[in-house]
Amino acid sequence: MLDILAYAAFFLVTALTYGIICLGLNVQWGQTGLFNVGVAGFVAIGAYVSALLTTPETAGRFGGFGLPVWFGWIAAMVVSGAAAALIGAITLRLRADYLAITTFGIAIAIQLVALNAETLTGGPFGIGFIPRAFGGLEDRPIIFNLANLAMVGTVTALLYYALERLVRSPWGRVLRAIREDEAAALSLGKNANLFRIQAFALGSAIMGLAGAVQAHFIGFIAPENYISTLTFQVWAMLIIGGSGNNRGALLGAVLVWGLWSVTGAMLAAFVPGEYQARAAALQIVLIGVALAALLVLRPRGLLGEEKMISRFLKG
Amino acid sequence: MNLQFIADGLIMGALIGLGAIGVTLTYSILRFANFAHGEFLAWGTYFTLALASGFGAMFGGSGTIGALSFGWPVLLAGILAALLTGLLALVLDRILFAKLRERGNAIVMVMASFGASMALRSLLEFFFTSEPAYFSRDIQIASPLGLGIRLTPDQVFLLGLTLVIVIVMERFMALSPTGRAMRAVSENPVLARVSGVDVDHVIRATWMIGGALACAAGVMLGITVQIRPFMGFDLLLPLFAAAILGGIGSVPGAVIGGLIVGVAEASAVQIVGADYRAAIAFLILIAVLLVKPSGLFGART
Repeated sequence: MLDILAYAAFFLVTALTYGIICLGLNVQWGQTGLFNVGVAGFVAIGAYVSALLTTPETAGRFGGFGLPVWFGWIAAMVVSGAAAALIGAITLRLRADYLAITTFGIAIAIQLVALNAETLTGGPFGIGFIPRAFGGLEDRPIIFNLANLAMVGTVTALLYYALERLVRSPWGRVLRAIREDEAAALSLGKNANLFRIQAFALGSAIMGLAGAVQAHFIGFIAPENYISTLTFQVWAMLIIGGSGNNRGALLGAVLVWGLWSVTGAMLAAFVPGEYQARAAALQIVLIGVALAALLVLRPRGLLGEEKMISRFLKG
Repeated sequence: MNLQFIADGLIMGALIGLGAIGVTLTYSILRFANFAHGEFLAWGTYFTLALASGFGAMFGGSGTIGALSFGWPVLLAGILAALLTGLLALVLDRILFAKLRERGNAIVMVMASFGASMALRSLLEFFFTSEPAYFSRDIQIASPLGLGIRLTPDQVFLLGLTLVIVIVMERFMALSPTGRAMRAVSENPVLARVSGVDVDHVIRATWMIGGALACAAGVMLGITVQIRPFMGFDLLLPLFAAAILGGIGSVPGAVIGGLIVGVAEASAVQIVGADYRAAIAFLILIAVLLVKPSGLFGART
């Protein structure tokens, strides 16, 4: 019974970290219509920045400043956001799909740095001994997982509240105006490009935060956590939950991560060892087909976009 | 200084260029960046592998031609596989892209192609596992060509084949009715339609050509390196970089862009080692977007 409780808390913490990434992606795609294929890269930046700042000093590797976890979180947001602002400044003035191609490229470049710059990132073995939040409770998994759930739940709730305020603010309305009719927004004197860069940086900063939260929960990071499968999972979560809807983003994250975990556990239990790699490939095929089918059949996802108008108007 | 790396870069660049032709045509005619294009390379190669081993089993032996490491089973299989890959692209268009095209949102098509790419690649992993495969396990002797450059007979053949394909493609786009219709749609789809251009025919031709050339590029990669389910996905960034560097819509541009990317990668390996090879295409991409987003031979941005 208690084991189940501990696992449920563990599952929810993981699902909520995906939920935070989805919230970030929703700022970019759901509100602004920016297609980011490098989600995994921005999550990785956050995870590595926070890990470098907070781990104890390690021989043969840069970093290890032993700073507090909250500082790592903030730095993760700042660096991921800054990287996104730079990329955005270069590509957002061009055709829309150049952003997709460039972010795809940056995720590959970050993966290469994570794999090869051993003195910075620990190379293929990654970084261990990342201070875990509530690390003192580690030997009591139930309390440890519940404490983390309370913390990550609070962060998610705060973020959700802030984003809900933001999308209803004039700033949020400008984003949707640009997405729907750029010429009209321009004619009202809105600098569309600047707003897009801001939205892209904000979304990526949130992804960086999620990476840091995840790193401090698990206590260990490695390059293979940040491959394109992660980007793909997060996209599936947002599209299934309903893009343009923050509740949809969180719902999609919990649902898809639940499905992923259940099918993964079933594969491990019922599929003989030599076929497991093949069966795991089928998992991705199923999600890919589901994503494509949803785009064709029900593009609004489960919840769909919320209609949002100024709180001063009665709608 | 050993100039071998230039020859290696040209081989790689030739096959990147072949693949990039499909990317640039899809981008200019269907107006979206197709992330599933890399999977056409991989599927084409596995089609060829499966057919070639079928032919080999049916008619016995794997007779090689001259000094090449492969024989008619691979050549015949490659031609059939090119058709099959074109058909695969057509089917994908029919069940996925055509439906999204009607809604007129290009970015949703990019996203769908991203999902399709994950699904297609994982299907290959399901059928063939991620173990690398080879057309031939024989080791070829490279013969010196002067200046310290050595090429294997396979490499010489494939460079020649690329040259022939590129010239035929260039003439096809310039002179044939289908090629002219394709250029018209890429220039201005609405005007092309009202002038009586059969846009559906153009779309079908674009997918068939893109798929077939992707298959050729994949088989080249399979012959010179190895066959893996990830082979196309790993080449996707160089393909995009080559297409954008050459200028979207330009067939010669895609090939020249491919050669530049290939040689740049090979040169970078000389200087910084192989670890960061895959980042070169990214740097080229960023440089082009900063300096000249329309590329070398592109008209529009």
